[in-house]
Amino acid sequence: MNYSAITYIIGWLLNFEAIFMTLPCLVAAIYGEESGWVFVITIFFCLLLGIPRTVHGLKNKVIQAREGFVTVALGWIIMSIMGAVPFVLSEAIPNWIDAVFETVSGFTTTGASILSDVEILDRCLLFWRSFTHWIGGMGVLVFILSVLPLRGGYHMNLMRAESPGPSVSKLVPRTQSTAKILYGIYIALTLLEILLLLLGGMPVFDALTTSFGTAGTGGFGIKNDSIASYSPYLQNVITIFMILFGVNFNLYFLLLIRKPKQALRSEELRGYLSIIAVTILVITFEISRLYGSIWDALRHASFQVASIITTTGFATTDFNLWPEVPRTTLIMLMFVGACAGSTGGGIKVSRFLILLKSLFKELHQYVHPTAVRKIKLDGRPVEHEVVRSVNVFMVMYILVFSLSVLLVGFDGKDLITNFTAVAATLNNIGPGLELVGPTQNFGGFSDGSKLVLIFDMLAGRLELFPLLMLFHPKTWKRF
Amino acid sequence: MDIIIVGCGKVGATLAEQLCSEGHNIVMVDISAKRLQSTANALDIMGVVGNGASYTVLQDAGVAQANLLIAVTGSDELNLLCCLIAKKAGSCHTIARVRNPIYSKELHFIRQQMGISMIINPELTAASEIARILRFPSAIKIDAFAKGRVELHKVKLLPSFSLDGLSVASAIRKLKCNILICGVERGKHVYIPNGTFTLQNNDMLSVMGAPKDISAFFRKIGMETHQVKNAMIIGGGGIGFYLARLLRESNIEVRIVELDDSRCQQLAELLPDVTVLNGDGIDQQFLLSEGLPNAEAFVTLTNLDEENLLLALFAQKHSSAKVVAKVNRLTFHDVIDSLDIDSIIYPKYLTADYILRYVRAMQNTIGSNVETLYHILDDRAEALEFSVRTPSEITDIPLADLKLKDNLLICYINRGGRIFLPGGTDQIQVGDTVIVVTTVPGLQDIRDILA
Repeated sequence: MNYSAITYIIGWLLNFEAIFMTLPCLVAAIYGEESGWVFVITIFFCLLLGIPRTVHGLKNKVIQAREGFVTVALGWIIMSIMGAVPFVLSEAIPNWIDAVFETVSGFTTTGASILSDVEILDRCLLFWRSFTHWIGGMGVLVFILSVLPLRGGYHMNLMRAESPGPSVSKLVPRTQSTAKILYGIYIALTLLEILLLLLGGMPVFDALTTSFGTAGTGGFGIKNDSIASYSPYLQNVITIFMILFGVNFNLYFLLLIRKPKQALRSEELRGYLSIIAVTILVITFEISRLYGSIWDALRHASFQVASIITTTGFATTDFNLWPEVPRTTLIMLMFVGACAGSTGGGIKVSRFLILLKSLFKELHQYVHPTAVRKIKLDGRPVEHEVVRSVNVFMVMYILVFSLSVLLVGFDGKDLITNFTAVAATLNNIGPGLELVGPTQNFGGFSDGSKLVLIFDMLAGRLELFPLLMLFHPKTWKRF
Repeated sequence: MDIIIVGCGKVGATLAEQLCSEGHNIVMVDISAKRLQSTANALDIMGVVGNGASYTVLQDAGVAQANLLIAVTGSDELNLLCCLIAKKAGSCHTIARVRNPIYSKELHFIRQQMGISMIINPELTAASEIARILRFPSAIKIDAFAKGRVELHKVKLLPSFSLDGLSVASAIRKLKCNILICGVERGKHVYIPNGTFTLQNNDMLSVMGAPKDISAFFRKIGMETHQVKNAMIIGGGGIGFYLARLLRESNIEVRIVELDDSRCQQLAELLPDVTVLNGDGIDQQFLLSEGLPNAEAFVTLTNLDEENLLLALFAQKHSSAKVVAKVNRLTFHDVIDSLDIDSIIYPKYLTADYILRYVRAMQNTIGSNVETLYHILDDRAEALEFSVRTPSEITDIPLADLKLKDNLLICYINRGGRIFLPGGTDQIQVGDTVIVVTTVPGLQDIRDILA
């Protein structure tokens, strides 16, 4: 175990968190809010912890897979704890566990909140809350990789541990260039959304925070009714961008290098868009009676579908009041999640594609026991290792999920609440149904349940294994 | 530069490691996903699984934008085909490894007709390297610069040279010869010495100079320089064949020991004036009776590294021959170097080195650039030859006024074919070739020598 590399990278993580926190300071300065000082204090703490670990450089640069996993998992936990400091110090969220819950929810792009009234929060705190989405969406270590001049091939192990999807590939030979391209696309899309929202007459502050929430597929709103009070145009823009941020970023790269055909041929993209189209149709049909016109129903249906499948968690209407079929459809969408390599969470469309294909393969094998078949995705054979890891992921996922539902159940709430609360956190969505529905919040849970849900959010964002590895005794052995 | 390497074997991986650390973007193509994965885990490269001669696979690897394709798979024909297709699919330079002796006489034609920039035959390269060592047996390793006008010799400082305790400047004064001590290996350390550096016995010196000056130097310190008169080669494979041919060209008597009868017949046919012995190289009695004690050079070229090393150690003990052993696997490099064997040849490493030299030279076609590159001093230093093509901040300024990097030495200047050791008042001029020795890796331009 290369401890020096782990502390070195986590040191840089804290330094960058300090840099990120200068933005809410700026917001506080613009609006003249005194709570800006808590960010100055936190920046000081971050640098105090971060700089001593980074000034000497790194001698042993070997970061093996396990160091990659441990760095990412520990890094995210430490980053969330530091990110919670401003909420506690400003007394906006005095309880430590609540503050950490809110920050983890931000960084993991979940968007589940324990606050019943967000509108009373200072603007700099609201900004920080939304900005954590943006940082967490593409991954803060990917950001560090794109900026830090790390050398050697080992940092792919960091990127692999932080990026979602069954297999992580590079766009270009160098990890650093890959990270830069990903962030370039991310920033460009975010700016485009901000621009389109401003054109629709949204105030600057709202446009920024909403775009951060959409880009990271987070879902923290700055209004108590989430997005409901904005105009239909703005809601439609957000719908489109949520869907865009749920697409595998590799496809945008293919567009950039002028290979649109290859991008459109992606089976995952086709699957993702078909699921969206079908569910929107079904839900529109089912809820058309609740709304004045079919167009309103379509707008609400598409917004909610985009919000849930990309695991964003914004809402334009209280879908908890919808009939059973749309509600069930939305719950199922929660598990599907976005595409691999996007900023969204969930199990991911590509995993489902691989699972479905291996299912058909097995069925085929029953008919022709000696048949040899290869699972293919996008015309390429899927390696056995990948299929195996997808299967293991599913088993692990179900295990973590059911255990969490059981533990949260000790609070004595109803099953739908518990089930959707875990689904909404483990899949990084935000709102669930019943007591954790879009108009409700997670404040009602006990501290123990909140810890379980915090674990779920981190496990969901980092795709289970990095976090679970922390609990394996061999991880910490030197030999 | 964007470089595609087809074939993820030892040569491919060595090349990737070196080129990657020099800042090139590397895409590797190999048929085996497992092999690619293990390389990609250790290096910052991208892997593409597939047949490198397939157009689609090369497209995936980005052949359209690539500057260079290096084909180093195990098959000659595949390598050539890769290059041909890459040439048609993109506009890159291509390097192919071709090792079958059948093609060796047709390389020029193949290169011309197929538009391949460079064809490398690893066995021939290794053979010529060994031949060079045998022609100059007292030195441990020899490299040539400026098209052979300057040579770099590695020699161990023995007590009989009586240079122990002298500074470099006074040693040169004492010997009155026109050479340069450009590197000293002492134990684990590598020094690029200046005039006040003190020499000690058992130092490994890297001496640079014109061949006749080097001969003079060796004569003055009392070291024999005459080339070997005979050589015994164990193993009649590709390298053995090329080596025998090269040694015969310089009138060295050659005996080849080969176990396989039909290969012996073949060799006897190809090399009429070489004594081909059909016998087992590890049979000690056989070797001794075939004249090992009187051999002046002993080269072990079997396919087994262990056998080569043991035979070399045996020969070292039973003869005063100059011993050269071939080692294929690079893994135990540091252990093998500590054995008491005069010279070790790593054909894979030589191939990689050779290709690297081409890549570096290709890098900057404008301005000054690297003509030749050698890893010297146990790979911890490099000797580079730059040609100066345009005026810059280093030209026409007395060397004493240039602020050079630490651990860097300007060794020689080649001006219009005349080689000289520059002093503080000399200047680098446009058109010169400059040889620099340094422990700073990755220099790419003559201007990089400035601190």
